[in-house]
Amino acid sequence: MSQTATPDIDYQKLEFEYRRSADQSAASPAHHPVVVVGAGPVGLTLAIDLAQRGQPVLLLDDDHKLSTGSRAICFAKRTLEIWDRIGVGQRMVDKGVSWNVGRVFFRDQEVYSFDLLPEPGHERPAFINLQQYYAEGFLVERAAELPKLEIRWKNKVTALTQDGERVTLAIDTPDGPYTITASYVAACDGSRSPLRGMLGQESKGRIFRDRFLIADLKLPGPLFPNDATERWYWFDPPFHRGQSVLLHKQADNVWRIDFQLGWDADPDEERKPERILPRVQALLRQGFKREVPFTLEWASIYTFACLRMDRFRHGRVIFAGDSAHGVSPFGARGANSGVQDAENLAWKLDAVLRGQAPDVLLDSYASEREYAADENILNSTRATDFITPKSEASRIFRDAVLGLAREYEFARRIVNSGRLSVPATLDGSTLNTADSDGFTALTRPGAVAADAPMTRDGRKVWLLRELGEGFTLLVFGPAPTWAADLGVQVLEVAAQGLQDSEGLAAQRYDARPGTSYLVRPDHHVAARWRAPTAAAVRAAIAHALAKA
Amino acid sequence: MLKTEPCIERPDDFYEALLAAHQGLTTEQSHDLNARLVLILANQVGSYDVLQAALAAARGNLDRTMEGASQ
Repeated sequence: MSQTATPDIDYQKLEFEYRRSADQSAASPAHHPVVVVGAGPVGLTLAIDLAQRGQPVLLLDDDHKLSTGSRAICFAKRTLEIWDRIGVGQRMVDKGVSWNVGRVFFRDQEVYSFDLLPEPGHERPAFINLQQYYAEGFLVERAAELPKLEIRWKNKVTALTQDGERVTLAIDTPDGPYTITASYVAACDGSRSPLRGMLGQESKGRIFRDRFLIADLKLPGPLFPNDATERWYWFDPPFHRGQSVLLHKQADNVWRIDFQLGWDADPDEERKPERILPRVQALLRQGFKREVPFTLEWASIYTFACLRMDRFRHGRVIFAGDSAHGVSPFGARGANSGVQDAENLAWKLDAVLRGQAPDVLLDSYASEREYAADENILNSTRATDFITPKSEASRIFRDAVLGLAREYEFARRIVNSGRLSVPATLDGSTLNTADSDGFTALTRPGAVAADAPMTRDGRKVWLLRELGEGFTLLVFGPAPTWAADLGVQVLEVAAQGLQDSEGLAAQRYDARPGTSYLVRPDHHVAARWRAPTAAAVRAAIAHALAKA
Repeated sequence: MLKTEPCIERPDDFYEALLAAHQGLTTEQSHDLNARLVLILANQVGSYDVLQAALAAARGNLDRTMEGASQ
């Protein structure tokens, strides 16, 4: 695990060296069990997870730099927990910024503010803000620690064919082309996904006729008194009439401003600094009643669409992240859902490649993550419809909600500038074993296992950190003797060793003595019982591996 | 369950109050008032199922009225 402090590396300028590989001189195409295409947050997370499981992984990227600009900056609790599992969570949290005060403005008035107080008893906050180049940089550094993981920069896939046995990839490099084969290919190559095009597939959905300007400002000093970190959201402010504006903070005292511009804005004009600076100055004057010095660090104009591929799996080629699905940025569901795709896919690919599960297990990756994508698209579309009303009636209701929100708490619950990204509960997944005993809905099969503060031999630990790399049978109370023969990690919450020091685990898992949870390698609950038999647990494990 | 039997106390007084609330407003402001009123009443109702039934009843009634008008 990387515990090194971040040295003074300029991750925006970092370049990785292209190196010729032995595959390029091979007489016949070299074979790789799994090739990941695209070294963004999703591809890196997947490759690291696979390599950490002992799988040899080849990661190809057509570029040799990290993310240009800050781009995705909100990383949610679940993403941090996944990154904890692959050894980079703490670095992200240390470098990232947490905010807890949010303010919503409508026209010239503050409508309400809220305290995003996290529910106590979780290791990770609801989310952090961190520039994407840091996230990618930390992941690349973690990747470098894993001998089974090879990254080849400036390796651009130019053609893809597959049969029932393997995928053949033609790759272009500064030294010219070469060919490799792979048992499986994970296409994490972004929203424009060249691999998707090579398969003749497309991502379909709703395109929103709106444009947004992102401006990253570097400030020499604090913006708020006491260097507080607040998130401000304006609907229809006097300095930017008829549109919305968002201000929030990233690492290194860089502030992100998101200006809605409308569909008629000319993107080439709007990205010019002479157009951006007055917009920023007007906001700062209105918001802070003073001249705030700043330098413009990065700016970008974007449009977005809510869309997805019909199927995320095409034979031996599997799509994850933006290549498979796209959402609006509201609610931070792009990179976060992609990282969850990666973790869903990693253990399944590993199990299939080891012959521990049939190939059909990978179909469950597609069905589970298509389900999650639909949920993310729904949430993201709803936020977009609130932020950019599409009809006179929707504008009237939107403004009425904002008008009421200042006085009435109930209306605040309808205000939607993006709902917090939370992981999908995979209800109806083919891998779930349905409840046969009475339980509360929380942590039902398909849900992500909840974190809880625990102690181990008196030392403070977190429940999620105690779960195994593979399946875990979490038992409240002493485990039955047969549990040792299951071939999975058995985690006892008992009077000795691991203790539920605050009683929160029992509460979150609706646990009584004997209650047992089967938790998948990606921390989703597969099954739960009040007092399981060995046969029931074995059947649930087989079921979660698509073997029965 | 959406109630469609008469429940409004003093219906004539209510109707007068409803019109009075719109007194002096432009059409645009009246739309705004109606939207606020819908939201306040929706919160009072609370139940999603009842709200769904109310939306369906209102839209159905509108559609049938328009159909009748075009015939």
